[in-house]
Amino acid sequence: MPINFDSALGIHADALRVRSQRAELLASNLANADTPNYKARDIDFQSAMKMAASGQSTGMQTSHVNHIQSSGGQFNAPAVQFRTTMQDSLDGNTVDEQVEQAQFMQNSVQYQASLNFLGARFQGLLSAIRGE
Amino acid sequence: MSLFNIFDIAGSGMSAQSLRLNTTASNLANADSVSSSVDQTYRTRSPVFSAVLDDAQQGYKQGSVQVKGIVESQAPVRSEYNPSHPMANQDGYVFHSNVDSISEMANMMSASRSYQNNVEIANTSKQLLLRTLQLGQ
Repeated sequence: MPINFDSALGIHADALRVRSQRAELLASNLANADTPNYKARDIDFQSAMKMAASGQSTGMQTSHVNHIQSSGGQFNAPAVQFRTTMQDSLDGNTVDEQVEQAQFMQNSVQYQASLNFLGARFQGLLSAIRGE
Repeated sequence: MSLFNIFDIAGSGMSAQSLRLNTTASNLANADSVSSSVDQTYRTRSPVFSAVLDDAQQGYKQGSVQVKGIVESQAPVRSEYNPSHPMANQDGYVFHSNVDSISEMANMMSASRSYQNNVEIANTSKQLLLRTLQLGQ
């Protein structure tokens, strides 16, 4: 019975990637906290995970060699949405530093949770290989 | 790996905020500067931030921040009639800078808070990356 790493690691590898992409988006929101007309962006984690699990991309599918590749969605790039704010600011910036920082913290804890799950999977594989 | 980009993003945020702190310091230092003509009077300087959006590598846009330039405030400078002042012009007027010390202090606090935010982000990302390196050990 061969070991398939993809099925052994399960969904956690995808989760880790989506988490790191979300961390990047939240970091750019915080870097632009004082930029006029900057709109805060975020990833809907649930739909991103659904997309990652089904292997879909946001671009159009091509079924023929002559079909033009749509540049809109690359493989596994999650759809980015704009955040709705509780209170708008005069300069058109929609970044709420408190909200963003809380989200970043939550995201990093969940990233570490995914890391722990992945580590446990690797431990399981190792003990299966060693046969102890 | 997206986590590596965070260092660029947080770094750009830190450099932008430190430039803002620099202009604030220069404004506060010149809050009491006087001159003998309107053109030579020190005016409040403030940086203009803008987001860098580039979607060349990824399907989604990633944004760091850049400083487009520094603009001088167009608010009128305060003129004072003081013929005995050494900087007074022929009509006896000296011109004070239009720096508002209170709003500059608020600006300074906001800039240092944003700077701290970016440092926190970089620190957290570093921890996450280090833990990712230890995966499976």
